[in-house]
Amino acid sequence: MNYDVIVVGAGHAGCEAALAAARLGLKTLILTINPDKIALMPCNPSIGGVGKSQLVSELDALGGQMAKVADKTYIQLRVLNKRKGPAVQALRAQIDKKEYEIEMKRVLENTENLTLRQGTVNKILVKNDTVTGVSIESGLEFKAKAVIVTTGTFLRGRIIIGRKDYHAGRMGEYPAMNLTNNLISLGFKIGRFQTATPPRVDKRTLDLSKTEIQRGEEEPVGFSIWNKGGIRKNIECYLTYTNKKTNEIVRKNIEESPIKSGMVDTHGPRHCPSIDRKVINFPEKTRHPIFIEPEGENTNEMYLQGLTTSMPPEIQQKIINTVSGLENARIIRPGYAVEYDYIIPNQLNFTLESKKISNLYFAGQINGTSGYEEAAVQGFLSGVNAAQKIKNRPPLILTRDNSYIGVLIDDLITKELIEPYRMYTSRAEYRLILRCDNADIRLSGYGKNIGLITSEQYKKVLNKENKINEAIEKLKSIWINPGKTTIRLFENVDTKLMADTSLSAYKLLKRPGVNIDDITGLLNDSNGDYDKDILKQVEIIVKYEGYINRQLNEIKKMEGLEKYYLPQDLNYFDITGLTYEAKEKLSEIRPNTLGQASRIAGISPADISILMLNLKGKLKKVKQFGY
Amino acid sequence: MDNDDTITAIGTKPGEAAIGIVKVSGNKSIAIVDRIFRSKSRKKLSAIETYNMIYGHIVDKNSDIIDEVIVSVMKSPHSYTREDVVEINCHGGLVATEKVLELCVENGARIAEPGEFTKRAFLNGRIDLSQAEAVIDLVRSKTEQSLKIAAKNLQGNIKNEINKIRQEILDIIIQLEASVDFIEEDLEVTPYHELEKRVRVIEKELEDMIKNEKRGEIIKNGIKIAIIGKPNVGKSSLLNMLSRKDKAIVTSIPGTTRDAVEEILYVEGIPLILVDTAGIRETKNIIEKIGVEKSLRHIDEAELVIMVLDGNRKFDNKDLQIIKKVREKTIICCINKVDLEQNIEMGKVLDYFDEEKIVKISALKGIGIEKLENMIKELVLGDGEINLEEMIIINKRHKNILTEVKKLLENARKAMVEDMSEEFPCCDLREAYGLLGEIVGETVTDDILDGIFSQFCIGK
Ligand SMILES: Cc1cc2nc3c(=O)[nH]c(=O)nc-3n(C[C@H](O)[C@H](O)[C@H](O)COP(=O)(O)OP(=O)(O)OC[C@H]3O[C@@H](n4cnc5c(N)ncnc54)[C@H](O)[C@@H]3O)c2cc1C
Ligand SMILES: Nc1nc2c(ncn2[C@@H]2O[C@H](COP(=O)(O)OP(=O)(O)OP(=O)(O)O)[C@@H](O)[C@H]2O)c(=O)[nH]1
Ligand SMILES: [Mg+2]
Repeated sequence: MNYDVIVVGAGHAGCEAALAAARLGLKTLILTINPDKIALMPCNPSIGGVGKSQLVSELDALGGQMAKVADKTYIQLRVLNKRKGPAVQALRAQIDKKEYEIEMKRVLENTENLTLRQGTVNKILVKNDTVTGVSIESGLEFKAKAVIVTTGTFLRGRIIIGRKDYHAGRMGEYPAMNLTNNLISLGFKIGRFQTATPPRVDKRTLDLSKTEIQRGEEEPVGFSIWNKGGIRKNIECYLTYTNKKTNEIVRKNIEESPIKSGMVDTHGPRHCPSIDRKVINFPEKTRHPIFIEPEGENTNEMYLQGLTTSMPPEIQQKIINTVSGLENARIIRPGYAVEYDYIIPNQLNFTLESKKISNLYFAGQINGTSGYEEAAVQGFLSGVNAAQKIKNRPPLILTRDNSYIGVLIDDLITKELIEPYRMYTSRAEYRLILRCDNADIRLSGYGKNIGLITSEQYKKVLNKENKINEAIEKLKSIWINPGKTTIRLFENVDTKLMADTSLSAYKLLKRPGVNIDDITGLLNDSNGDYDKDILKQVEIIVKYEGYINRQLNEIKKMEGLEKYYLPQDLNYFDITGLTYEAKEKLSEIRPNTLGQASRIAGISPADISILMLNLKGKLKKVKQFGY
Repeated sequence: MDNDDTITAIGTKPGEAAIGIVKVSGNKSIAIVDRIFRSKSRKKLSAIETYNMIYGHIVDKNSDIIDEVIVSVMKSPHSYTREDVVEINCHGGLVATEKVLELCVENGARIAEPGEFTKRAFLNGRIDLSQAEAVIDLVRSKTEQSLKIAAKNLQGNIKNEINKIRQEILDIIIQLEASVDFIEEDLEVTPYHELEKRVRVIEKELEDMIKNEKRGEIIKNGIKIAIIGKPNVGKSSLLNMLSRKDKAIVTSIPGTTRDAVEEILYVEGIPLILVDTAGIRETKNIIEKIGVEKSLRHIDEAELVIMVLDGNRKFDNKDLQIIKKVREKTIICCINKVDLEQNIEMGKVLDYFDEEKIVKISALKGIGIEKLENMIKELVLGDGEINLEEMIIINKRHKNILTEVKKLLENARKAMVEDMSEEFPCCDLREAYGLLGEIVGETVTDDILDGIFSQFCIGK
């Protein structure tokens, strides 16, 4: 049984990895513990959010799957940060969980070159520091040129509820108990994290009249730019709050909380603290929002966002019942925590290939991240790079200055993780140019070059780009003379803005209070009207030009460092002038590029200069896909 | 490398011929200079903090004063060469400077070979950028901004001060970022109008620091004051009176002074370099003409200009011509010869000078000189008292960074006033935070997220 690529695990990372590899023409096998649970969402039934939405858009622009499946299965869509600038706006979708799994499985099953199969991998087969395949618990072996490990929370997974614990990958699922030891024996450094999920309750037992109703957008929006449709579904969510009684119950039973009882002592994501932790850390706060979200259209299971806990079920019940609207709520599934192994991600390259073993890739939660979107983009990148390598083509390397995906990867392989990593816009120093709305322009060229975006799709993007530039040029050439008839076009604009001297429409658009709608009349001509999409881009580019240019300049300044590969066999201890700390850090992390080296904690600009002096002539230019 | 080897050399600032710097580098440098230096406060160099400066005299073995100087100490490894470095700013002209160098050698230093300071810098792990032109371009952005090494130099007050400002900027960033990344959390973040106020306070603090830095420069390099005016109004007489010396030749013949005459005068330990210039007028005399051209150049270089008018004569077009040349400068107007009959029309003078910038004097009789000195002091040093013992040198690059940071803060505030979304002021504030971090030697980390999680109850 010979394959080109084997993907271990069919979660969000695994699915994207397998799809990318198979679509690039490689014979791909995806092995997973339970084929009934493909791309399962074990926690909140939603995709997107601030920072994460950017990841989904980028994945879409590159030719990934997540956006499309989300668009097909959402039950409510909302735009977050609507009143803020374009760079930090984001989409958040409530997803029908079951539908999502079904749709993703359908896509997998109908993709050429892709085989889905049950099996729990217990060994990565390696020869001469190169991967040769995997074996599963039953003893079967599968050969492959590349292996991608995307095992999520399953490695030595241990579930904790109250004072009870047992091994499981997720609630009701087998763990993968043997793979960790195999990885350790291959020389990988392993860490352990924890995460938890809130209880689910029966909708019929809720008094929703006591809650605030949360509706979605009425305007058609969606994640994928390739097939835009109308609004699919707009199902209500609900908002309620905890109160003093909630805090009291939590406090009274706090000894039962795993974080107090010592049942859990690993780090979990700080952005999803349990209600236990919130009460401990912020005792004065007695009103925490609880969002009640349907797990799907055809189920009564409701997710209680904000009430994460892994206290004993009977106490969970009490806590829930203190909340307004939830007085009689009945638990369907209790909340729980799960502890699992991850590999320290600084053992990986920008391509997500491990530095130690050739053609072995890691993606998703196993790399210390958290979240479906974070997992999916890694899966995609690893799938593409495994394929590129097998085909002897240059890797796809995304960087901090072109994408959130680049930020994610660079952070993972460079920084020390203290908790499961989640994306935020504040992590992206160039976020003003890394927007959802221009993900296609930024990245679809890469998608096209790899072969996951078609020429027609790419042409559309190029066309859009041309139109945008054309419109901006036009604005620069249109002069508005006060008093002339043109002024009639600006009924909504404060005419004081134009009272002074004549100015270009471009300059006018820059003024606060003027927006693109005010001057669209000037742009549209006999050649037809401009799309809303294009007008929006024009507005953003013109209005925020100053900020955008500043970020572009910063990128330029760093460019020199980002362009050069550091030899991987370098002995940093041979380099005179480096501080001892620098030598140690550099030897441990073995950065891919000078840019990455400069971001390692403890490495000074002087260290970088010394590296450059010493490596003069030995630095190789990064080979990668460009447009 | 021979560790006992301490080197010394004269490094004179280009364009500042009046001030010579004797640099001493090596592990004996402080001990050597201590042997020849007497501070006003009797404090030993070994007892002062790194990057401080101290005012006093260089003396020879007979305790005769050789020069009045300001000495700065930069201790290893926080110096250009990473060794202990002492810089002696001599104000007594070339001869005195050379004497000071000699004294250093007598006390155990060796004259440095050309480029030896740089060589040491390189050998001690500081890069020699001149050797790697190509590299410079690549690293410049990073190195120039970061100054991590120079950063470590900063000690005491300034470092604390900058860290305080940095923390405050971070707090503001946290407020802004929290409302961007955690919009769904319904957090109670500080509103714009309050954050604006806080930004303004930081701007003010930076302004003070920048001003202080300027004073540091003044203390080190002195301040140049040009005495100008028509021929024969009493410029040379004024120089002599201020310096209490008979340095410049005084005659009743207009056009006496042909070449500029410099004299250093200490006011509270601060060197004032007074320059008496040739009277400015149209002239055919080639020597005087060169003198006049030189005068104009001195005006250009001077931080302060003393414009002398003759009270005995009427205000005329020639005075006006000169005034026009110095309009951009900080000026004090001296109406000289008050001991004689006053024919000058004050009304006309007041058209060109603020009343508080005018002082009536007699350079011959010494009338009004004290008042003039006070005016100079005020203009040069500003309002605050300068305490030499506590002055800390911030270098030019740090000053540039602080100025840049201040500009960024102004931008951020403007964005808030215009009610732009949080990520825009954040863009400026984060850059400011990064720049300051590079002064104190810390680069951006995950401080922001840590701050958000510790200050707000996040988590749904
Ligand atoms: C209880 C819980 C709470 C969570 N809470 C949050 C949260 O609050 N916020 C958040 O952002 N994210 C949370 N997550 C994480 C989120 O679910 C994951 O980040 C995301 O699903 C990771 O995707 P993945 O593809 O890396 O792994 P997973 O989705 O976990 O998929 C792993 C896949 O690998 C398979 N597999 C594992 N081991 C083997 C093996 N040896 N052989 C074959 N197949 C194998 C599994 O069957 C599974 O299909 C939570 C997860 C859990 C379980
Ligand atoms: N009575 C009186 N005479 C003064 C005073 N100041 C200067 N003089 C006289 O004015 C004449 C010119 O003085 P200088 O000091 O040489 O004038 P100057 O401006 O340097 O002239 P030039 O060098 O020629 O430009 C001399 O005779 C001085 O004695 C003053 O305050 N009172
Ligand atoms: Mg004279």
